[in-house]
Amino acid sequence: MSGEALPLAAESRRLRLIRRLDLGGLLLSAAGLLLALLWAFPLYWSVMTTIIPHGASTGSLVGDLGQALGLYARVLFGTKIGLWYVNSIVTSTGVTVGVLAISATCGYALSQLDFAGRKLLWGGILASFMIPVQALIINHFFLINAMHLINSWLGVILPQLIAPVAVIVYKQFFDSVPRALREAALIDGASHWTLLWRVFLPLNWGITAALAIIVFIGAWNAFLWPFLAVTDESAMNISVGIAQARDMFGVGELAGAILAGLPVAVVYLIFQRKVTEAIVVSAGIKG
Amino acid sequence: MRKNPDNRTALPFVLPFIAVYALLFVWPTLQMVWMSFTDSQLIVPGHFIGLDNYLYLFRDWRFGRAVANTVYFVLLTAIPSTLIGLMLAMIVVRLKGALQGLALAAFFLPYVLPVTTVTTIWDWMLGYPGGALQPVIALFAGQPVRVFRTVSWILPAVAVVTLWWTTGFNVLLFTAGLKSIPPELYEAARLDGAGRFRQFRAVTWPLIWPVTALILTIQLILQIKLFDQLYLYVGGGQVDATLVLVQYIYSLAFQKDQGGYAATVAVALFVIVVALSVLQFTALRARGRK
Repeated sequence: MSGEALPLAAESRRLRLIRRLDLGGLLLSAAGLLLALLWAFPLYWSVMTTIIPHGASTGSLVGDLGQALGLYARVLFGTKIGLWYVNSIVTSTGVTVGVLAISATCGYALSQLDFAGRKLLWGGILASFMIPVQALIINHFFLINAMHLINSWLGVILPQLIAPVAVIVYKQFFDSVPRALREAALIDGASHWTLLWRVFLPLNWGITAALAIIVFIGAWNAFLWPFLAVTDESAMNISVGIAQARDMFGVGELAGAILAGLPVAVVYLIFQRKVTEAIVVSAGIKG
Repeated sequence: MRKNPDNRTALPFVLPFIAVYALLFVWPTLQMVWMSFTDSQLIVPGHFIGLDNYLYLFRDWRFGRAVANTVYFVLLTAIPSTLIGLMLAMIVVRLKGALQGLALAAFFLPYVLPVTTVTTIWDWMLGYPGGALQPVIALFAGQPVRVFRTVSWILPAVAVVTLWWTTGFNVLLFTAGLKSIPPELYEAARLDGAGRFRQFRAVTWPLIWPVTALILTIQLILQIKLFDQLYLYVGGGQVDATLVLVQYIYSLAFQKDQGGYAATVAVALFVIVVALSVLQFTALRARGRK
């Protein structure tokens, strides 16, 4: 009996010790960090390749950086990338402002007002949650072409305004605003516009900011529609512009790709938590 | 008492959205369906030809190949990215504080990059004979392969690029899902003597399953719409061999000027995605969410 109990006790002591040290957990954490590094490696490698192309270092850090600066300057001033940046900024901002404006007002009405067709509208929005806009490219082209908006900012912006998710998110957040606030303001004679602008939006700036960031990133990264709606090189956004200039400049191609991604990467790194919040909320994991 | 007291107030609030929606979603959708019964060109309306386009769809080997390639690509990406996402998230939630943020950023950063940036980076890493990952290819194939120029390699290679690009999205959602599991449940399981694997089977998996179903359907719908990455690699090259649905719509409409038949293929894609959306809705409902 005791002969068996002793090793068992020793065994459980050993187990407890392992549990306290949590060796397995430590290994898992280390593996996680290693995987994260591995995941980031292509980004690191690309940036390094533009600094030291083909391993041809100049031998000094200053020399290498100078060489890289030259490369990036060549890309910046040797292509229309400046113009593409402007086009991307204007169209992405347009899409963001447009989506938020129509979604906030519609979300407010769905949440706070009682009007005919409310159920129908809400049902339609829910049903089109996952619509494949890619299937509509032919008819979007037909429409934008008929409106003479090919090669224009507005032509790039319009079809990207379809974002039912934003309405759904706004409605959910407006639903949770305390009823008393609304009643008090209405008794004071405030209109619904004032209420939306002075109470509901200020209470939900967080979600507005989060939505704004992901809509902006999405519009910046849009490829298929901007690619179809623009044929003139000077009207292209940066993702499309860089793609058609690809074969022009060797390792500069990689530098151009990095320049195209840099703004959104920086926006993400600054607003990491907001982006996470927006993604989680709009996918419906919580909220 | 009027039935809907806010009718007049509500109108200006909902009108902008409804106008945009009617003009850019409802109208194009109806027009797409109408076009699919005609022999229209891209911007020149045609004649009504009944079901001819739909009958042709079933005889069209290119459509068959586009469906087959799309399914192949979805298999290569949707399930792997869901599983890898869960695995990475389970590791990420173990990390504390700043390390967790850092790891999450590393996995998610590719997702915010434009497709051109992603494809260019991987063309340099993987495509060129001197690319940093060619030794890995050589390990499998015995020799360096121009993966984005060799037919049998293109879709798997684009799948790898896509996994790197989009898995971070799943990691983010899984991490949020895992964090919402009450720690007491693990505590209780540990007291019952459950090991790491038992804890996963008894606590993590049943509670994370609804999120898994959600992510899987989001992935299915996302990957079915493959175009950008593939187009940027294949372009005008060997299109037929790696043809997928959206690319077929694009080439019919914008290169061959067969708007009517392109609309038919678009309707097919639309129907497939709507069917999958219903699946997603069911998955959401399974979580007891309205």
